[in-house]
Amino acid sequence: MTAAALLIDFGSTFTKLRAVDLEAAHVIGSGQGPSTVTTDVTEGLHKALGDLEHRIGWLPDFKHRLACSSAAGGLRMVTVGLVPELTAEAARRAALGAGAKLTGTFAYRLTEGDMHRIESIGPDIILLAGGTDGGNREVIVENAKRLAASSLACPVVVAGNRDAADEAASALARAGKPVTVAGNVMPEFGRLDVEPARAAIRQVFIDRIVHAKGIDRAAAMFDVVLMPTPAAVLEGARLLADGVKGKPGLGPLVVVDVGGATTDVHSVAEGAPTREGVVPHGLPEPVVKRTVEGDLGMRINAKAIAEAVGFDAIAVAADLDQARVRALFDKLTANVERLPQSDDERRLDRALAEAALRIAMTRHAGTITIVQTVTGPVSIQTGKDLSDIKVLIGTGGVLAHGAGGAAMIKCCLADPAEPHTLRPRAPDLYLDSDYLLFACGLLNDKEPEAALTLGLRHMHPVGNNVS
Amino acid sequence: MPVESENNGPGRGRTLVTGVIGADTHIVGNRILGMALEEAGFKVVALGALTPAEDFVKAAIETAADGIMVSSLYGQGELDCRGFRALCVEAGLDDILLYVGGNLVVGKQDWVGVEKRFLDMGFDRAFPPGTRTADVIAALRRDFAARAEGRQRAET
Repeated sequence: MTAAALLIDFGSTFTKLRAVDLEAAHVIGSGQGPSTVTTDVTEGLHKALGDLEHRIGWLPDFKHRLACSSAAGGLRMVTVGLVPELTAEAARRAALGAGAKLTGTFAYRLTEGDMHRIESIGPDIILLAGGTDGGNREVIVENAKRLAASSLACPVVVAGNRDAADEAASALARAGKPVTVAGNVMPEFGRLDVEPARAAIRQVFIDRIVHAKGIDRAAAMFDVVLMPTPAAVLEGARLLADGVKGKPGLGPLVVVDVGGATTDVHSVAEGAPTREGVVPHGLPEPVVKRTVEGDLGMRINAKAIAEAVGFDAIAVAADLDQARVRALFDKLTANVERLPQSDDERRLDRALAEAALRIAMTRHAGTITIVQTVTGPVSIQTGKDLSDIKVLIGTGGVLAHGAGGAAMIKCCLADPAEPHTLRPRAPDLYLDSDYLLFACGLLNDKEPEAALTLGLRHMHPVGNNVS
Repeated sequence: MPVESENNGPGRGRTLVTGVIGADTHIVGNRILGMALEEAGFKVVALGALTPAEDFVKAAIETAADGIMVSSLYGQGELDCRGFRALCVEAGLDDILLYVGGNLVVGKQDWVGVEKRFLDMGFDRAFPPGTRTADVIAALRRDFAARAEGRQRAET
């Protein structure tokens, strides 16, 4: 018998398993159980293991049993920075890159009202930034004192001005708050360094959040819960793009994930300008970037998608009349776990997914603005230029399981009618039909080469845009 | 009065935000100024060309800058700089040192009048075209020394 690994995703609805043969780097089997984090996490995992055993006829003796989790609300995080477009934005990006679910973003001095809001949000973790190294120190220290004086008990990661970080951290520690100091998210003006904060958040997640969420009750059944599920997907994307030593990956790529509540876009790309004479502007972009569109989801936020593009547009795209669309929406919002049961519902799902993808990709990709100067027009690029990306991967329920996923992800692509958004032009299209990206991301921690081979083998090519 | 060594005057370690304001792409002079300032011991936060007024202010907040050096070379400086001090005050940077320099206005205008207009806008100093970097650095040192004594800027 060859060595095997078990990859677990404690999701908000399901507990999903992938059993992987490490030598052959292929999937032995999958299992699924309900999500039981709110009661007893072991129950759902037992059921999922039973399902896995039932499908493959036996249970391997796993060498690694690695888990990620998005259950119990995911990693709910509040970020605090100084200037909204600068350290507050850097903190936001670090949080998203760590796989967090942003439940509040704050800037400048925290007011009484802000503190009430943070207390009522009750986040799992707070990321406190502010000031470049040697820059503003008053605000982060003051905000730390405010947080210290609050009723909040969650861990705080301090990732701001190096000169003030210790003072901020000791104010929090004196008040009994668990605190970690990480490198500044913006050590110099205009330079982002989100990795140290991301690593610190992940460590806090492993050390504390897993326990706080009750997932460690099943600790005997796995080795470690490494990260939040979105972070595992992002790790998987990074591995697929960069490869490992001696084995190249696919190069710069974009992953889109349409879920029930949000649409996530991950890019692993520099995003440098591809057009001639374009001047980059604004904060530099992290190579590994995740954006989350909290208003674009196939179920919980179905209405929000329709509001963004117009009910009539959705109706036209789905080839349904508006009354029918509204009736179907009521069904969807009444039961957010509903899978499409008729042709009408499948067409509506497709129209929603396409709209969500188009908007999410447009927001993730950079834009070109033309500024008129006395020496003529100048093109300014904000964000990443993804025009020349060669690989686009679709993952998540509707793309992976529904028919027509390939056609749907084409909605992410550049549109000649919108020349100022820098979406991918003609990438090869892949679907993560086996829902393996999270598993690759987890396995990367222990067996990067097997994880890469697994990922490369299981991303299903579904054509390219050159037609 | 003690003689200041090159890297040891008042201003040593002070942070200055530099950039070219508005829709102006003329970056060369601004770069030269930045290099000279760094050599003189200042910490320079260079925003480059095409910088909106708001971005100077945001950078100054985050870096706790001691001064902002605005360049304008394309003749529209007066429009771009209007309300600059007000923006700073709004952001809590009431007393930040503000310099402006370059081809600030179109055509040949009397410098005394131009300078007055920019000082009235709330800039601490305005510099005409062709100013030597050494003069700017000397002015910065005088102004920071004056500030150490509680004055807004030096008399000369």
